[in-house]
Amino acid sequence: MNLALRDVRHNLFRFVLTCLGLSLLMAVVLAMIGIYNGLVADALNIVKAPQVDLWVVESGTQGPFAEASKVTGGTRDAVARLHGVAQAGGITYQTVEAAHSGDTLRLYVIGYEPGRPGGPLEIAEGRGISRSHFEMVADRKTGLVVGDRIRLGRDSFAVVGLVEDTMNSGGDPAVFLTLADAQTLQSELAPAAQRVQAARGAGASESADTVAAVIARLEPMADPQDVARNVRQWKHLGALTQAEQEAILIESVVDRAKRQIGLFLGILLTVSAVVIALIIYTMTMEKLRQIATLKLIGAPDRVIVGLIVQQSLALGMVGWTFGLFLILLVKDYFPRRVVLEPVNAAALAGIILVVCIAASGLGVRAALKVDPATAIGG
Amino acid sequence: MTDARLPLVEIQDVSKHYGEGDARVDALRDIDLTVRQGEVVALLGPSGSGKTTLLNIIGCIIDPTQGLVTLDGERVFENRWLRRDLRRLRLDKIGFIFQFHNLLPFLNARDNVALVLTLAGRPVAEARARATELLDYLEVGHRAAAMPALLSGGEAQRVAIARALANSPRIILADEPTAALDGKRAGIVMDLMRKLAAEHDACIIAVTHDEKIYDRFDRLFHLRDGVLENEEGESS
Repeated sequence: MNLALRDVRHNLFRFVLTCLGLSLLMAVVLAMIGIYNGLVADALNIVKAPQVDLWVVESGTQGPFAEASKVTGGTRDAVARLHGVAQAGGITYQTVEAAHSGDTLRLYVIGYEPGRPGGPLEIAEGRGISRSHFEMVADRKTGLVVGDRIRLGRDSFAVVGLVEDTMNSGGDPAVFLTLADAQTLQSELAPAAQRVQAARGAGASESADTVAAVIARLEPMADPQDVARNVRQWKHLGALTQAEQEAILIESVVDRAKRQIGLFLGILLTVSAVVIALIIYTMTMEKLRQIATLKLIGAPDRVIVGLIVQQSLALGMVGWTFGLFLILLVKDYFPRRVVLEPVNAAALAGIILVVCIAASGLGVRAALKVDPATAIGG
Repeated sequence: MTDARLPLVEIQDVSKHYGEGDARVDALRDIDLTVRQGEVVALLGPSGSGKTTLLNIIGCIIDPTQGLVTLDGERVFENRWLRRDLRRLRLDKIGFIFQFHNLLPFLNARDNVALVLTLAGRPVAEARARATELLDYLEVGHRAAAMPALLSGGEAQRVAIARALANSPRIILADEPTAALDGKRAGIVMDLMRKLAAEHDACIIAVTHDEKIYDRFDRLFHLRDGVLENEEGESS
């Protein structure tokens, strides 16, 4: 005869309400975990998207994500000729704002050379860029659809394809342009500013053919570290392997957000523990006379401890289940990606399990101190 | 002529005091009491006279400061009696009936009775069958599925009596068993308890203030300032 279950059934409405409150708390915890995962996944997506082995950047920088990096477009040919390099391509990254349908879109523009590394990994709808100018592939989160036209800088681009889940660590959805268009967008100035630059005599000497990095795919047997060492022999260039680039991104770009969210998670879990402890303690205090009666008629302590701990666990697990269901239901409505892995949900379940057992300690202590004589009175 | 019935409760020279020095309160002083099988006795006295303390000592809930307590032939409160043993002793040998019946509100009438049997290790199905038998015997079988909140005072007290009898205890302790009942129902409950005590060879010790039921007891004991007197007013 399970007393915890019978008590829950007897006070079902109150139990469900309590679980609902707790589930909202769990949903927030899961949302925070999902937001953090989304942040990391988005950041890594951009790095992983080109599917390359080596990033050649400006010497002394950790570009192009952690720091600004600028190398000449011609570097691509030099890198492509290195022993062990199968394919190389120039790539640029920049964030722009553009007006579309009355809204201002913040876009992460990736310029790449079609037919070389750096383009979209998988086209979800439409096609890839096939012309040298004025075509664009956009992430769905931009709100753009195939056939839309959008003005970037002084040119208008046609959306020919859509990709999914491609955005930078700041959550700005990506758009892909040809490298030439991206370089133009990066270097061109408004007419007035151009006139001032021309008057100063600047501009003519500066080449627009610069890229943020040159990315390279290596031959299957080539060692990325060896090729990187070869690149570094050119003093004006630096080289990072894919693993190093990912580590830099996580450590320098995502780290602060990670710690912030981690701290917030810790606070939320502490609040959850305190809430569960208070609920269990209150539930126990309301049952003191019943517990005294149980003791008096000979119920062993394990029956009384079981009554409290099982209810605490039921509260935690139902709250966790509702919370998970809730977050899965609403996660796609978040402005940023919420990525929940089964391991995250399982880890939270484990934490809640421990929190519930610890939190019920207060109630168990109160219950075990109850004098059976309380049932008789006097 | 000596009484051949077995003594179920034997209290010898039992005292209980709380606190020390100036703060010392003597709740019970040199109590001697023997209650035999089939006997139904009452403990009377004003509030604070020590009735509940005596009931708690017989119920193995609190230890006496001095003296011997023997229940159904077993000496309790000696060193070898650990707390777990006292709990088991209560479960096996003592049935409790309370003023406000103290039924667990989340169990129906039948499961309130069956619970005591499951605590003693009986399988749930068997415990429920025995509980149903007891409730039928006490003429509340038709209310077996009802939750305590839906039972009348008399029905709830009968269920509580069934619970007290579930493990066939030899000693039944009742705290104001009829206080929540009207005169007619109080008489019915007392007659029922007398009948059960006789049938089960058990004894009943009840604390009561209810003068209407005094005639239903075999013996009346008065407690005054921790001293026990029998019905003739002689100090025990």
